[in-house]
Amino acid sequence: MTALARPEAISAHPLAPTPYVVRRRTIETSDTTTLVLTPTKDALPPSHHPGQFNMLYLYGVGEAAISIAGDPLAPNEIVHTVRAAGKVTNALAQLEPGSTVGVRGPYGTGWPLVEAAGHDVVIVAGGLGLPPLRGVLREVFMHRERYGRVEIIYGARSPRDLVYYTEIQDWRGRPDIRFQTTVDAAGREWYGDVGLVTARIPDARFDPANSVAFLCGPEIMMKLTAQALETRGIRDDAIWVSLERNMKCAIGLCGHCQFGPDFVCRDGPVFVYRDVRRLFGVREV
Amino acid sequence: MSTSPKHATKLRLSEHRFFQGFEGPLVGLLQKEAIEQTYGPGDLLVREGDPADKFLLIYEGKVALEIATPGKPHLTIETIGAGDALGWSWLFPPQEWRLDGRALKATRALVLDAEFVRFTLDHHPTEGYRFVLRLLPIIAERLENTRVQLLDIYGA
Repeated sequence: MTALARPEAISAHPLAPTPYVVRRRTIETSDTTTLVLTPTKDALPPSHHPGQFNMLYLYGVGEAAISIAGDPLAPNEIVHTVRAAGKVTNALAQLEPGSTVGVRGPYGTGWPLVEAAGHDVVIVAGGLGLPPLRGVLREVFMHRERYGRVEIIYGARSPRDLVYYTEIQDWRGRPDIRFQTTVDAAGREWYGDVGLVTARIPDARFDPANSVAFLCGPEIMMKLTAQALETRGIRDDAIWVSLERNMKCAIGLCGHCQFGPDFVCRDGPVFVYRDVRRLFGVREV
Repeated sequence: MSTSPKHATKLRLSEHRFFQGFEGPLVGLLQKEAIEQTYGPGDLLVREGDPADKFLLIYEGKVALEIATPGKPHLTIETIGAGDALGWSWLFPPQEWRLDGRALKATRALVLDAEFVRFTLDHHPTEGYRFVLRLLPIIAERLENTRVQLLDIYGA
């Protein structure tokens, strides 16, 4: 078998997308779809770090920043989970296998997995905050011995809005982690928890003095979760958050994603909570 | 549902999160009247519209707090479990449950007669005040959580 070359720079120009083909499409929920992409050329996608994002481009429609939801250890494909929320994401979510999509990236910072080694890991995701953490979960499961206790809390609007439903059943069955799901409201068919993710923090199993926490979801959820974690004793420099802003260039030039002194595309999207917490309370940011 | 006779329970109020560190004779007085009850999956602990005549402290299990809407399926708005207290309707007029509490799995609780608790709080006002100060944060937290849930933050 011939080893595929990993291109140093898959795009000749930083703003020029590279064509990829949609290989598989999975409908996750009524508005959310997972796309598995491979390059059209005989090459591997560039390697990525969990937490980074790509810019996905559809000719004649536009471009959107989408977190990479795939496994860094599965280098022959990239995975994106897209919620149809606007013109571009609506079109992306409709793509069928065989369609072509432009990709540039990966961009941004990732989750600090090296720093997390040797610590308990608390992962809290809300809504579409799970896809950017999926690579972290894969890494933690693959190298479980590197980490202490692993506590995962995932919140969604309703049971129908849980993404990766089948995978979640596998994750919940793992004896070496604890995976809790909670929804905002449910019917009687749901036997899981109902309530905010923050309500699960007091009973979460971790050593606050030796833990790192990764949070991804709506900002108010991350803010309330960080407060709950601090109440448990985790320091704000051990809490990491992934921010979402309107990213255009993705290379720190245009300023659309400015967040205080930072550009989310270049300096984030993953930030240590200590550095951004004061901006969480600024309404105009 | 099964009920233990008074005094037979091994569950201690002082070991429940609600009463942890609560000093004074109040806890002992309430303990004497506490009844342990166990509920199987599907059992109703409290029912909307019924008199709120008991104060329940959950030790094990999971309870769904449900709202029933005529013509629509029941909606679970919150689940509570070990260490939680169920409801406050018993403390305030009209002392009538505003929701259903349904066991999702085997659940153990200590149940206190609401009239007795109110009588005891009235006659021990200092401790009664501290008791209410324990209950108010639960009410406030559930109100704040409900406000956040109303924002439909995951839907944006």
